[in-house]
Amino acid sequence: MTDPSATHQTGLRLDNVAIALGSRTLVSVDHLIAPGDVLTVMGPSGSGKSTLLAFIGGFLDPAFSARGRVHCNGIDITDAPPQARRAGLLFQDPLLFPHMSVGGNLVFAVPQSVTGRAARRTHAADALCDVGLDGFFDRDPDTLSGGQKARVALARVLVSDPAFMLLDEPFSKLDAGLRDQIRRLVFERARARRLPVLLVTHDAADAEAAGGALIELAPAASDGNGP
Amino acid sequence: MLRFAPPLALFVLAVPLACGLMGTILPAFGFLPALGGHRLSTEPFADLFAQPGLWRSAIQALMIGLVTTAISLAMVAGFVCAWYGTRAFRLIQHLVSPLLAVPHAAAAFGFAFMIAPSGYLARLFSPWATGWDRPPDLLIVNDPAGLALIAGLVIKEVPFLLLVTLAALPQVPALRSLRLSQSLGYGRMMGFMFTAWPALYRQIRLAVFAVIAYASANVDVAFILGPTTPQTLPVRLVDWMNDPELSMRFMACAGACLQIAVTAAALLAWLALERIAGPLAESICETGRRFRRDGVARLASGAMMATSALLVFGGLGVLALWSVSGLWQFPSTLPDTLSWRTWQRTGPALSGPLATTIIIALAATAISVAIALACLQRENETGRTGGNRALALLYLPLLVPQIGFLFGLQLMLIAGDADASWAALILVHVVFVLPYVFLSLSAPWRAYDRRYEAIAAALGASAARSFWRVRLPMLLRAVLVAAAVGFAVSVGQYLPTLLVGAGRFPTITTEAVALGSGGDRRVIGVYAFLQMLLPFVGFALATLVPALLFRNRRAIRGL
Repeated sequence: MTDPSATHQTGLRLDNVAIALGSRTLVSVDHLIAPGDVLTVMGPSGSGKSTLLAFIGGFLDPAFSARGRVHCNGIDITDAPPQARRAGLLFQDPLLFPHMSVGGNLVFAVPQSVTGRAARRTHAADALCDVGLDGFFDRDPDTLSGGQKARVALARVLVSDPAFMLLDEPFSKLDAGLRDQIRRLVFERARARRLPVLLVTHDAADAEAAGGALIELAPAASDGNGP
Repeated sequence: MLRFAPPLALFVLAVPLACGLMGTILPAFGFLPALGGHRLSTEPFADLFAQPGLWRSAIQALMIGLVTTAISLAMVAGFVCAWYGTRAFRLIQHLVSPLLAVPHAAAAFGFAFMIAPSGYLARLFSPWATGWDRPPDLLIVNDPAGLALIAGLVIKEVPFLLLVTLAALPQVPALRSLRLSQSLGYGRMMGFMFTAWPALYRQIRLAVFAVIAYASANVDVAFILGPTTPQTLPVRLVDWMNDPELSMRFMACAGACLQIAVTAAALLAWLALERIAGPLAESICETGRRFRRDGVARLASGAMMATSALLVFGGLGVLALWSVSGLWQFPSTLPDTLSWRTWQRTGPALSGPLATTIIIALAATAISVAIALACLQRENETGRTGGNRALALLYLPLLVPQIGFLFGLQLMLIAGDADASWAALILVHVVFVLPYVFLSLSAPWRAYDRRYEAIAAALGASAARSFWRVRLPMLLRAVLVAAAVGFAVSVGQYLPTLLVGAGRFPTITTEAVALGSGGDRRVIGVYAFLQMLLPFVGFALATLVPALLFRNRRAIRGL
């Protein structure tokens, strides 16, 4: 199962990963994201950058075919079910569960190893505090501002104790001032926890702020055959 | 486990259908060992064709199916083309939509109470406008041409076709087509008709076929509003099937085969009409006429829609009023006195049928919702929707005339000594409830943003936890609405309850229809009121439960 050369590597290793739709290869990556580092994949919409995230997260649409392996801290997670991968996912939209309170969203994410209702709640409350939303536990997610929702989404990911982070243009829907602030917060928290981060974006400012390696994808139409 | 859901759904829908058809066709050719029919013969058909007025009954059923569908579709098409995208459209849409939940029999009684010579409309205009101080001697309800029956069916099929069309509208670039054709100088109504309606019609075609099948083979509405000498074919068939003379059942089954042929002929005739109407519309379109002055047509189409809805609402109101009326002489528009006497008098007889109705409806709805959820969740896992073939299969119980397979199913159940049991009754209700539950639930289920599930999985939630904790609560309202639709469908079922229950499981609906339109208006009022009350309670709960449960969750509470 496990590639012996990868066993001592920490971080997220994308080992000759290539994703294709039919005969057309959308993305191919061979890269090690070290703990605390960011790999940015840039490309216009439709270039297949989000399929890379879906593949690593374990929910690639069966219409696509993928090869290559994904190792996380030396363990091959390519065939693991999504709930066993400990991927920290952030999308364009905060996607807070609308039927739960803000705190409920976080408690849902607290790992099962934390037992006891009170302990889980404390854990969640601490995580809220950590993103500057002390006292928001019982709020309805729908009543928060865009920036607050983004913070809750980040806190929800962090409280789940992820092994790495997958960011799918998470800042693109925030307005300019807020975007900078949230971007800094996300990268700072990821670095502090030494999490490998994969960021896909079409915004050059994101790539610049991330500061790590950069892979640019060609537009989908450039190879002459549409989907 | 979920793997078995689609085959189970198939089994639940197709097996009763196949067995029922078989059980109808064999006795029609004289084979029914339980009643001494051991060899095949064409005698039942000979008996059938010797019945007086048979062809008249059959042709009438065919025409009623076609005319009802044509009028209903024309009303819905005219209304959508004339008003889509306006405030009036939304207003009338909200007025018409709840009518889908009203059982056919209740709507038919209400309609009869409106249009009868001594009905509410006559009272409204008498004596000051008509000069009548006693009901005129006119045969309006049960007229020989079946006009009252057609009208009574139309007012119930219009809400159905409208809702199906509303569900299909998002899949068609309707508003853009409308704007485009308007900018090319076309009038609103014909602009929409030329550019958006053809695509829309393709989407709702199966539902239109279901209306043809329903209207051509309907029993309960025909019994209440239809012609009496002779009655339409389906009503006569049920009479024969319930005849104490058991040998009549051979002929009844032969008649059911004729009914299948009648419905098939109606469907074929419709296909032929489609062939004519399509090119005709095209050739009109090619003339380039803009039909810019469509004000009168638009007003007429809106008025017809509103009138149809108001007739049903008015009828339901009059039903409720009759149930609490004391003395109410013609031509008074309101009862002279109000009293609870009728309710008190019928109360003891009501409780049994009421309980039966609720038990069957709850059980059939619970089973249907569970099967539909399992199928949709399986589809979610595999990423494959059944496609058009599965959709056609879902519509199958709605496209085959009920009589065609219920007769056979009843005979088979009798042979297996399983008729008149709760299980058989509930399962036969599932056959009719499941398609509606599935059709109602599938759209919101498929529209769900699957990134929520990706997030739940990434946060470590198993598929089951993600389903129960995230997807189901977020779709709770859609599930409850689908359940309310299923509940309403079950409450309104007449023929399946009558036949499979072998008369030993009276429900509110079978009791109400048995009263007929000539019965005591106060008692009919009580039964029909309960008939419409039950679905209403279902829909009220489907709205109130999420609103209460999620009262602090603005995004999904719905109210």
